[in-house]
Amino acid sequence: MDVIAASPTPIAPSLGRTLIRIRDLNLTLPSAAGPVNILRGIDLDVAAGEVVGIVGPSGSGKTSLLMLLAGLERASGGSIHVAGHDLDGLDEDALARIRRDHIGIVFQAFHLIPTMTALENVAIGMELAGTADAMDRAAAALQSVGLGHRLSHLPGQLSGGEQQRVALARALAPRPALLLADEPTGNLDQATGAVVIDLLFGLAHDAGATLLLVTHDAALAARCGRSVHMADGRVVA
Amino acid sequence: MILAPTWLSLRLARRELRGGVRGLRIVLACLALGVASIAAVGSLRESLTQGLAAEGRRLLGGDLEVDTGGLPVPAELRTWLTARGARLSDVTQMRALLVAPSGERHLVELKAVDDAWPLVGTAGFTPPMPTGTALAEGGVAAEQVVLDRLRLHPGDTVKLGTASLILRAALVGEPDSVASPLLAPRAIIGLSSLASTGLDVPGAITRHAVRVVFPVGTSPEAMVTGLDTSFPNHGWRVRTPSAAAPGLSRVIEQTGQFMTLVGLTALLVGGIGVANGVRAWLAARARTLATLRCLGAPARLLLTMCLAQVLILAALGTAIGLAVGAMLPWLAVVLLGNILPVPPRMGLFAGPLLLAAGFGLLTAACFALVPLGRAARIPGAALFRDAQIPEDARAGWPILAATSVLAAGLVMLTVLATPDRWLAFWFCLGAIGALLVFRLGGWALIRIARIWPRPAAPWARLGLGNLHRPGAPAPLMLVSVGLGLSTLAAVAMIQGNLRNQVISQMPARAPSFFFIDIQSDQLPVFTALLARTEGVSEVKHVPSLRARIVTVNGVPAERVTATSDTQWALRGDRGLTYAATPPDGTQLTAGSWWAADYRGPPLVSFDAQLAAGWGVKLGDSIRINVLGRDIDLKVANLRQISWRSLGINFALITSPGMLDQAPHTHIATVRAIPSVQGALLRSVGDALPNVTGIRVEDALRAVAEVLDQLAVALTATGGITLIAGILVLAGAVAAGQARRVREAVLLKTLGASRAQIRAAWLTEFGALGLAAGILAALVGSAAAWGVVRFVMHAEFVFLPGRLAGTLAAALLLMLVSGYLGTAAALRAKAAPLLRNE
Repeated sequence: MDVIAASPTPIAPSLGRTLIRIRDLNLTLPSAAGPVNILRGIDLDVAAGEVVGIVGPSGSGKTSLLMLLAGLERASGGSIHVAGHDLDGLDEDALARIRRDHIGIVFQAFHLIPTMTALENVAIGMELAGTADAMDRAAAALQSVGLGHRLSHLPGQLSGGEQQRVALARALAPRPALLLADEPTGNLDQATGAVVIDLLFGLAHDAGATLLLVTHDAALAARCGRSVHMADGRVVA
Repeated sequence: MILAPTWLSLRLARRELRGGVRGLRIVLACLALGVASIAAVGSLRESLTQGLAAEGRRLLGGDLEVDTGGLPVPAELRTWLTARGARLSDVTQMRALLVAPSGERHLVELKAVDDAWPLVGTAGFTPPMPTGTALAEGGVAAEQVVLDRLRLHPGDTVKLGTASLILRAALVGEPDSVASPLLAPRAIIGLSSLASTGLDVPGAITRHAVRVVFPVGTSPEAMVTGLDTSFPNHGWRVRTPSAAAPGLSRVIEQTGQFMTLVGLTALLVGGIGVANGVRAWLAARARTLATLRCLGAPARLLLTMCLAQVLILAALGTAIGLAVGAMLPWLAVVLLGNILPVPPRMGLFAGPLLLAAGFGLLTAACFALVPLGRAARIPGAALFRDAQIPEDARAGWPILAATSVLAAGLVMLTVLATPDRWLAFWFCLGAIGALLVFRLGGWALIRIARIWPRPAAPWARLGLGNLHRPGAPAPLMLVSVGLGLSTLAAVAMIQGNLRNQVISQMPARAPSFFFIDIQSDQLPVFTALLARTEGVSEVKHVPSLRARIVTVNGVPAERVTATSDTQWALRGDRGLTYAATPPDGTQLTAGSWWAADYRGPPLVSFDAQLAAGWGVKLGDSIRINVLGRDIDLKVANLRQISWRSLGINFALITSPGMLDQAPHTHIATVRAIPSVQGALLRSVGDALPNVTGIRVEDALRAVAEVLDQLAVALTATGGITLIAGILVLAGAVAAGQARRVREAVLLKTLGASRAQIRAAWLTEFGALGLAAGILAALVGSAAAWGVVRFVMHAEFVFLPGRLAGTLAAALLLMLVSGYLGTAAALRAKAAPLLRNE
């Protein structure tokens, strides 16, 4: 926790500057039964430092929205601006650079690389970015999530909660402006999930990162500064 | 209780197979390829052997051939044969120079035939004409290559020895010939023309034979017995159609043996593919297996169920391989018809196909059992964890014991099915050793990658890390391509050694010419002519006689127990000379040379290598037949002979006294600078037309051409092993592809560029390729050393340049595999893998 807080260039938690601007966003995917409209005409602004919960039933398009924001999916229509970058028309490498420089992601299924140790998993993104002290920062990030004693363990040797904490450290260690979390406690028991959520909120706040949290959990959504409700591919509230 | 689970497991296996065989396709392909190569080689060998047997009478030129060597066929033999109603045809063969009107000359294998030739089959000429017309009145026919090289046309006058003959046609069909002679193409004349050539003089290197056709119903074998009874100790070489071409039989057997071993290598590589494929298939089925365990299935049931599926697939792969293998000889006839030594007799041959099936099924079972044994030990609890076969799961001892028995069976089948048992045994040991080397090499690569200093570039760090991370496929990949690449390296090294010995090493020490059939009265003219010619040096000449080994210590030559590499000297005529003093450079290994004025009972200086092969010692007796007369020689000393020096070497050198009175010719070696060689050959030919000059360089080139053809065949056969390796490598890459795609997606999610991911994987595959190339070069060189040293009995020379191809092939193979895998992974969409819904 300390390393995030002690970041030399913390992102101020002040609201006002728009970090995410989404206009008339549509996503249509092909399927065997014909095209499926996943997202329809989404408009959304998120200010820097804001904590937003995205809630809605399964199939409402929450994860798809997150994927589009991360540049992992391409919109069928409309526009997305993240940290001043228009994601439309960027090639894969440019999108990868934006993720590297501005976005951290935490998945429900952790998505750690099974053949890398916890330390390597956290460091790899920074290593690819050419960060000189990637290993030291990764170790500090793991320390901050309480896994300083698990640096050389492989994901398969960690519990679900520990794996998600590694994923959290990986997402936050590069000090992103935007943190996307997709059902981060979906694969965890209640107690472990609560620990992870506390860490997530605390670290994001300390780092001054904007947090978009996809969840089914109304109580969890209530902890967010704002909730965006989605249904059938639309923002309904 | 024993049967119930078996039936149950078979029922379960049937249900599983309903879902398709997608995961086991690689098993199918690997086995099909290996079995097809063994079945094809076996079928082709059998078809050639049967073709040879069926064509034996034609190839022999009759029901019987009596070869009297350097002596003309005796009249009493003719009388004996004709008294039994036989039709006879005389054939005399020798080497000679055919001289064109331009003065250019070409060495030919000359065959002089009588009017009855051919007794069996028909000769073919271009333009078409009967044999009698082609050879009548001083006619000659030669293979097209002679006409092309000397720019000859039918109607031209050519010279053979002292005779002027008319070239009538190109010889396009010679019924009693199995293949083109090694050193020179064929030319045919009538026997009536032979006398005018002056080539067939006493002591000349000629071979006389009479071919015989008996009345229908006569047994050639009975005639052989009759000959032996009527002419005891005749010393002739008598052949029947069943042994029409013993040399060719040996070639077919040895080539078939070699190619079967290469096919087995391909099958072994396929075996690795079977193990990999079964392992990957089981990994994908881990959840099903764990579920069955949870539902109470014992490990034995799981093992039987999976084994049944693998064996069904193995049987299918074997059947496909057998079908393809049985068909391939037909294709070979279409593609290689011109170079096959005899027309093969086509058909389905049960023996080779059953053998290939045995190899296929044994290999499949041997390589599949251990992964199956591991998978059967999956705990039901795995379903609640990662649903994977535990890394530490080990096959039980019954499985290991069964695998050992199967492996021993495979080795035994290989040894029993190969004529040269020791070669097969060493092949098996070598194959096991090679597999171990590549396995150990994989472990070594992992360790090196682990302790290697961290590179500065992140992609290099990532690539290096991929080599040693848990579950890294380095050992698997190295073993997959290792045997194939090693075979190619061995072939390249053997080919290089052969060429090196024939082309590179010998000419430096070799003479420029051999001149044969120099009559004693021609020797002064010959030496004077050479003395006058500028650029000629090192003229050496010795008396030359032809002799046949009759007995060794009283044992007839055909019954002497000799090693395989010394049997040749017991067959046919041998060169023989006599000398009062040891020739220059003689290295005695036992005994001493006789006194220069020795005139006692004939002594012989004998080749030490042949002596060892025949079990001959000092004081032993060798009976030879020279010009029809038996002479007993006592072994006085043994000599070390370097045949590769291409100097004048004789296995037998006798003491003078008896042989110097016999009619004989002389043989000479001459060194001459290249610019005078053409003129020298011409001037000797003009002055002494019966003397045949053989240019060593031409002979070596002919040998080199044959070696090159052999190398192409070897490389093509070795290529099958590599194809099997590529198949296995593709399977290994495909098995790990899901993990790589997932990794690529995650790395891209974390901000990696495509170039970085590509560079990382190419680093990984480049290192793998380099390691595979180096190990294959080592293993291939060791195999080549064994073959050159112990099979060819030649000196091995390490030729690093020859291994460059292996290294390049290994690098290319791995980099292409890596690139294709990377490209597919980079194309993968991230969202479907990452989304939870």
